[in-house]
Order: sequence, then C-alpha cells, then structure tokens
Amino acid sequence: MLTRRIQGQKGVQGIIIVNSEGIPVKTTLDNSSTVQYAGLIHQLVMKARSTVRDIDPQNDLTFLRVRSKKNEIMIAPDKDYFLIVIQNPSD
Amino acid sequence: MEIVHVYTKDREEFGRQCLLSDRPAELLLDVLPDQNLASNFIQRSHRDQAVQAGRQVSEHQVNTERFESDSCGINHVEGGWPKDINPLDMEQTIRFRKKAEKDESYLNSIPQLGSVAEHCGRQNNAVDIYQEPFDGWEEVEESPEPPSAKTINIFRDPNEVKRTVTGLSWHPDGGRKLAAAYSCLDFQKASRDMSLDSYIWDVENPNRPELTLKPASPLVCLDYNPKDPHTLVGGSYNGQIVYWDTRRGSQPVELSSVEHSHRDPVYKIIWLQSKTGTDAFSASTDGQVLWWDVRRLSEPTERLVLDPTREGNLDRALGAISLEFEATMPTKFMVGTEQGLVVSCNRKAKTPTEKIVCTYDGHHGPVYALQRNPFFPKNFLTVGDWTARIWSEDIKESSIMCTKYQMSYLTDACWSPVRPSVFFTLKMDGMLDVWDILFKQSDPTLSLKVCDRALYSLRVQDNGRLVACGSQQGETTLLEICSELSTLQKNEKSLLAAMFERETKREKILEARQREIRLKERSRSEQSREEEIGREDGEDDPDQLIARAERDFYNQVEAELKRREMREEEALRVSHSCSLISSHFHLRASLSGRCIHCGSPGQVHTKHAGLHLSPTHLSSSDQRMFSNIHQVSFHVL
Repeated sequence: MLTRRIQGQKGVQGIIIVNSEGIPVKTTLDNSSTVQYAGLIHQLVMKARSTVRDIDPQNDLTFLRVRSKKNEIMIAPDKDYFLIVIQNPSD
Repeated sequence: MEIVHVYTKDREEFGRQCLLSDRPAELLLDVLPDQNLASNFIQRSHRDQAVQAGRQVSEHQVNTERFESDSCGINHVEGGWPKDINPLDMEQTIRFRKKAEKDESYLNSIPQLGSVAEHCGRQNNAVDIYQEPFDGWEEVEESPEPPSAKTINIFRDPNEVKRTVTGLSWHPDGGRKLAAAYSCLDFQKASRDMSLDSYIWDVENPNRPELTLKPASPLVCLDYNPKDPHTLVGGSYNGQIVYWDTRRGSQPVELSSVEHSHRDPVYKIIWLQSKTGTDAFSASTDGQVLWWDVRRLSEPTERLVLDPTREGNLDRALGAISLEFEATMPTKFMVGTEQGLVVSCNRKAKTPTEKIVCTYDGHHGPVYALQRNPFFPKNFLTVGDWTARIWSEDIKESSIMCTKYQMSYLTDACWSPVRPSVFFTLKMDGMLDVWDILFKQSDPTLSLKVCDRALYSLRVQDNGRLVACGSQQGETTLLEICSELSTLQKNEKSLLAAMFERETKREKILEARQREIRLKERSRSEQSREEEIGREDGEDDPDQLIARAERDFYNQVEAELKRREMREEEALRVSHSCSLISSHFHLRASLSGRCIHCGSPGQVHTKHAGLHLSPTHLSSSDQRMFSNIHQVSFHVL
C-alpha cells in the first residue's frame, strides 16, 4: 500500500514505522538495522521536538531531514507514530 | 508565690464613665536573687566574638576527580515492548505488530505522514543534493599566510622524577600512536627511584599513556616495525636490545643476552627491509654496529667494528651516535659518530675492510642526527655541533650546504616526508626550527619556542603535518604544521634537484682547485728536495769539498763587499743630492761640527759618516763639493 508506493521511488533504501514506545511496527530493512534506527532516531526526534517547542511553544515539529555523506534520513513525526525513510542521493 | 490582683467595683457604679487618673508606680513584689541557686549553674568563660554586618564568605578550591572517559560502542537492544510480550518470541511480536497496524490512529496518521515523506523524497530526486556546483573552476591561489605551527597536545611523563625523552617513533599505520623512550643520559645522574618505564601514547588522549613498556633498563631509543605495527624493538641504556609485542602486554617478549650486546647505551636502532621482516640493526658508542634477528636475540647475526683504519680494532673504533637506513637502498647505510665523522658503509661487502666505504669529515662534535632526503637519496642531512649540513654522497671533503652557526647546540633533525626542501631541527634552548631551503637558506623559515628546557628528539609523522618533539623534562609536544609547509608545492622537486646539482658542482670545483694547489705545492717541495739531493752527490772527495768550500766562501765575501760598496755609494749620492738641493751650508755646518781630518787631497775622512771615499768614485759635482770642503776644513783648523 503506502509503503510500497514510497519504496517504489528512486533511491529509497528502506522504510520504518515506529510507534510512540519505540517499537518498530513496520519495516522493510533487516532486524538489527531497524532496531538501531528506531532507538537512535526516536531520541533524536524527541530532542528536536522539544527544541522547537522551547523556542516557541506554539510551534511543533513537522518534518526532520538528516542529510549525510552517504544518504538521507527523512523523518515524519506524528502524535503516536513516526515514519522513517532512508533514501540515497540521486546521481 | 502567687500574685493576685483583685478588682472591685460597686454595683451602682456600673455604667459610669471611666475616669482615669495617674498614680505613681507601686512596687508589688521584689524577688531578690538567691545566691544558693547560683550553684546550680556554671559560669561560662568570656569569648571574643566579632560581629560584622557583611556576608561571610570563604575561599575554597576544589579539584574534581579527573573524569576518565572511554569511547565504546553500544549495542542497542530492542525496548519498549509491553510486559506481556516477549521480544525474542517471533510469533508474539508479529501478532503485536499486526494488532498495532489495525489501530485506528495508525490508519489515520500514516497516510498523512506518508504524503509528506513522499513529497520530500520526490524533491530529492528532482535536485541532485550532492552535486558539486563549482567543480570545474580552478582553485584560487590563496595569498600566502605566514607559516605557523600549533601545539595540539603535550604528553607529560607521569612519574615524579622526570626523564629525558630520548627516542620517539610513530605508529606506522596512520600515526595515531606515538611511542616514546625515556631515559636519563646524563652521566651518573640517574637516581635510584627513577622509573624504568617507557610509554606508548594515543594521540587523542594525553592524560594517560595507552601502554607502558617495562624494560629491565631504561630505553634510549625505540622503533616500530614498519611491516608489523604491533611489534617494537628498543635499545636500552645497558646495551641490550629488547623486543615487544603490544598484543602481549608490557613485558618484553625477548631480550638480547648481555654478553653479546653492546657495552654502551644503544643510541639508535632501526628495522631493516628483509623478507622475514624481523631484522634490525643497532649502533652504540662502543664502536660496534650489530645486526639482529628478533626471533633469536641471544646473539647478533652480524657485527661491524667502526674502525676507520679498517682493521676491525675495537680500541680505535669510533663511537656511533646515529644510524641511517633508507628502505630504497637496502645495502647501504650510514653511521654518524661521536668524533664528528660520518661513515658510509656497504652491508653486502665480502670482507670487513670493504664494509666501510668512505668517511665524511663533518662536524666538530658528535653527529646527533643523520638522515637521507626521502626524495633525493643521494643527499643527506647531518646535525652536530652548532650547524646543520647537507651533503652529497659524491663530495667527500665537505658539505654542499651549511647553515650558519646557531646560538645553541643542535640536538636532532629530520626531513619532512612530504616536502623535499623542508627539514626540522631542534636546539638546546627549546626551539624548533623549520627550514625551507627553497625559500630562505640563511635563516629558518619558522622558529618556535616549544618549551624552556632543551629538546632532545624529533619525529615527523608520515603525513608531514604532525611533529612530535621530546624535551629534557619528559614532555612530548605534538605540533601541527601549517599546510604550506606540509603540502608539496609545484616544481618543488625539480627546483630542489637543480639546487643540489648546483651546490654539488660548486663543491666539486672547489675541491678540484684545492687539489691542484696541493699538487703544485707538493711538486715544488719535491723539486727543492731534488736539488739538495743533487748537491749532496759529490761528497766522496774531501779535497774537492774543501776547494768548493773555499770557493763558496770567497764568492760570498766578494758579493758582500760589492753589495756594501753599492750601498755606500747609494747613501752618499742620496745625502749629497739632498744637500745640493737645500744648500751646501748644511753639509758645511754638519762637517764643521765634527773633526775633519784632511789627509791627502784625494781622501776626506769624515768620522761621523764613516765613509771611505776615493776621488774616482766621485762625480764632478762632488769634486767641486770636495774643494769646498777643503776650504772649510782649512778654515776650521
């Protein structure tokens, strides 16, 4: 369904859906990477969200992109879940 | 005792207004102090108490315990699973996951999130985010900034008694570790409680050495094996060679036997290029250079005595202070000696006499450092006394380039491994000099004061940017050199090659001239010697000898007489011409003052001049003078 559509895009390496407790609910990557991403990104999102909120309490985090040398991690946060997409740069 | 107050008021007076009046004080009760009660109490001593309105503060220093942090990875374990679900059980987790997917909020939020993510993903695909926009443009030449170097770290000897850092060696793999050898080289200054340890430091952590090496006697030098970065070999103060494997801990794996080792501290030890990668050679001031195979340190594999007369005589051997070995020329090596000579040797020579190829007489004092230029192996750098010199292998008489005499003694030097024209020198006043001979030859390009004490050892890391120098107080300072001095400039190699060529040629010409002059001298002295020999040939006949002696004597006497007459004539002519110019009064006056003896008309004997004149020698003017003199003399007499 939706994950298939996103995964069909060019360069997408994997998709992970994590719930508010940090459990990966749906994933297309292998277990160990999933667990690692879920754990680390959860903390990052919490930190980013609190940062945005501290600066302006009316504000909230809508999207987070982490671009690195090898790929890009895109995180879409929500109240209970967040969606992580790992994409490779287009060459 | 109860004190009771009674207020009375007549009934008829209720409701009447109060009329207050003054009344003097009335003593109701007076309780006198009872002295007996005082015995129940103890009187306290007086105490001075200062009272101040200001806030009281006190100064207190706190040094927190050093927090030792260690980096290590963390293995993330899955968490957050509810209590009833076992995370290792696949079935339960799958079931849980499936249930979560059916959740309403899930179904609501995921499409939203999905669309946002999709949008950004498409964005990425539209624009190449990792594209280099200015790829094709030329690199703009930055304006040259003055050369500089920055201290990154200082590694201090953790022991109480500080020892000198006498040897340094970088880890061959990337240079993240630095091995430092500590010892006290001052004669008999090593105290009993001086620690024997040497350390391997991790460049990132200056607080604590990564590994301690515990030899039996302090190490003077050490070297990492370039082929196997876990092994090290070190030379110690008592002459033994020690071999470590860092995987096996601090204790040496093997020690060479005392009988077969050096008899003096081992000043330098270097690994050799060999198939097995286990060969090393060491040099010491006892005059020997020994080759070792580290698998069997009980005995050296080869021995060379540094005797300049090539006889292998240990008494006449020169003490070695530095060694040089270049991996690109494995059969040759050079030794720097205490006497200031640099000896070039060939390892593969058949007889011991051929081992020593030639010597270069360089310095007035010990040659503390010796290294070939990594780009031009024919030229090498030596440091000793107060100068640093660059030599060419072909010119044996003198160095091709020399720095001027510095203010303090030079202790160590090495070439930069990336720039052929840059070398570093250390001085006893704690200065590190960086010389760039293409830029300036008379002075160092950069001069840094690293510390107040003398610096003893120097090592440049293979990337050319990091330099470690060790001082007398056990501090190893790690410096980063600015990028100009550690990146290869264009044309550098060709310019430097041209410079070396030019200097070599100059020296050759000078040498040739010297030789010519010497030859001429020699031939002249030989000629004179031949004449003497020729004269001494006719010594057989004594009569002839006597006759010859007589002849010589008379010749000499005659020559002397003639010379004297010439001189007299000259003198007279000079004096007469003088008086003629002035007036003959002068002469008369001088003559009248003396006793003049007029003998025969042809002779005037003037005592004061002591001349013996005869008229034949006089010119016409003189004769006239003569007649004047006659008159005068008569007058006086």
